[in-house]
Amino acid sequence: MARELKLMKGNEAIAQAMIASGTDGYFGYPITPQSEVMETLMAEKPWETTGMVVLQAESEVSSINMVYGGAATGKKVATSSSSPGISLMQEGLTYLAGAEIPCVIVNVMRGGPGLGTIQPSQSDYFQSVKGGGHGDYQLYTLAPASVQEMYDFVFDAWDIAFKYRNPVLILSDGAIGQCMEKLYTRDNIARWTEEERRQHAPWGTWGKPAARGHNIITSLELESARQEVFNHKLQAKYAEMKEKEVRYETINCEDADYIFVAYGSSSRIAMKAMQMAREKGIKVGLFRLITLFPFPTKQLAEVAKRVKGILCVEMSAGQMIEDVRLATECNVKTEHFGRFGGIIPTPTEVLEALENKIIK
Amino acid sequence: MANKDIEARRQELLNDGYTEVYTKTKVLTDAVMHYCPGCGHGTTHRLIAEVIDEMGIQDKTVGVSPVGCSVLAYNYFDVDFQEAAHGRAPAVATAIKRLNPECYVFTYQGDGDLAAIGTAETIHAANRGENITMIFVNNGIYGMTGGQMAPTTLVGMRSATTPYGRRVDLNGYPLRMTELLATLPGTYYVTRQSVQNPGAVRKAKAAIRKAFENQKLGKGLSFVEILSNCNSGWKMTPVAANKWMEDNMMPNYPIGDIKVDGKIAEGITAERLVLDHPLTVMQ
Repeated sequence: MARELKLMKGNEAIAQAMIASGTDGYFGYPITPQSEVMETLMAEKPWETTGMVVLQAESEVSSINMVYGGAATGKKVATSSSSPGISLMQEGLTYLAGAEIPCVIVNVMRGGPGLGTIQPSQSDYFQSVKGGGHGDYQLYTLAPASVQEMYDFVFDAWDIAFKYRNPVLILSDGAIGQCMEKLYTRDNIARWTEEERRQHAPWGTWGKPAARGHNIITSLELESARQEVFNHKLQAKYAEMKEKEVRYETINCEDADYIFVAYGSSSRIAMKAMQMAREKGIKVGLFRLITLFPFPTKQLAEVAKRVKGILCVEMSAGQMIEDVRLATECNVKTEHFGRFGGIIPTPTEVLEALENKIIK
Repeated sequence: MANKDIEARRQELLNDGYTEVYTKTKVLTDAVMHYCPGCGHGTTHRLIAEVIDEMGIQDKTVGVSPVGCSVLAYNYFDVDFQEAAHGRAPAVATAIKRLNPECYVFTYQGDGDLAAIGTAETIHAANRGENITMIFVNNGIYGMTGGQMAPTTLVGMRSATTPYGRRVDLNGYPLRMTELLATLPGTYYVTRQSVQNPGAVRKAKAAIRKAFENQKLGKGLSFVEILSNCNSGWKMTPVAANKWMEDNMMPNYPIGDIKVDGKIAEGITAERLVLDHPLTVMQ
């Protein structure tokens, strides 16, 4: 489809963007609140139009390993799930990172721990950017705050995934996944031709031509000296992402006395709270994270120098706040405000928290 | 002996007038295998490599190695290869094949990988009728981690975690994945073979060939179990281990085709598929 104005759910936007961005395969397992991703794909039947493969796996463990197998042939392969399912995928994610396989994973977060609730939450921040699986690795992590960004970030994710040979996580939540908003679609990108695949993924395992040696996809290196060299290589890649691929947005931060730091749904609520504060004469700005890894450390530190206090707004017990305090080296008063268990805070609550925890 | 020394010796013999009757297939690399002498992995690798060579599909084959003794299989086959997480090879292979239907895709897994941690992936790949080849090496033990009990360990058999022998009341029964998979409509060819003598090797090779040829038909999953000794894990000499395998493993894991061309093979009765009372072995 070309550029058109549409009304759809965030989860549908993910599915439409996968088709439109030339994704070769999607492997998933149903879980609320993101099941519309696979439902939309199955209803659209992209195998008849673009040739995209869509398959329902027997578990999230299998779907992430299907992503591993398919993506390791140099194709664009994605999956989506929600918090408990993403927990099951952690083994696969560390293998994907360790074998340097580009792919896209979408987490439409719900409340935890355990089976938790099916309502929105943002309590998977640590899991997303502090490891999740074992070993020293990072997922490039994008946090959409609108249905439009759910759509656009799928396209951006493919660029980053193949540029760095790294899995990309789109960390959304049940509110963005379920809400309906307008969005502008983009021109379709055709799936890669055989030639393009070979060009983008010369490391891929699609059958060894006589002219090259066999390609091996593995995360195993038993020789410690070589494993350390490999780990340095990964760290250099993450350092380059920190240098070049940080994304964030600042709103009204220039004259602000106080700022909210938030991402995803919470940034939408914080935006409203900011407007309410300004109406009351309190100069408040919003620093919205778009990439959670790499975290905009330097950029936030710069803004923080000019303010009297920071309120972190996150639907969690306070996870992102640790990175905010590291960024500012605790030089400015920083507190957390959040609700749990699928409760979405109101802008009034957020403003009250600013007044009670920071301004007073 | 280093590879270059082997090649020099070969030239020397050829110059002396010897005729070459048996050579390393080109689908195996020159890497020195780490397998224990007498283990069935080396032979099984060679048979797969010969089949790939003879079918002329080296440029279209993608293998998936497991976690366990054959984790490094990718170093030995000169074909594109992926190393899967423990037990996940059938899921990995599913996507390789679905996205690259022109490729010949095979998994190579042991009994711990395939029949314990990877049971779900195995059963569902088979039940979806994935058009892949699965090679399942069963030696009744976890070899790589030091000889612990596997799902396939025989009743009474000693292992590092059943030092007094496997007990049904504690550990349950030996799991016969091959018989189980044969009952699923998604499997097209299911067989159990072994590689302990030349006759068995020839039959095993024919089975592997059939399992690869079947991928051309697109009619479902082909599954080849290969019984192997684990002489170091069983703490026997290779010769004694093969004898022990014939005497004890084979009555529990009978050799032969179980399902051919999508139908239960001739002579396979319900009693044969369901082994009510696994035989107890004494070590």
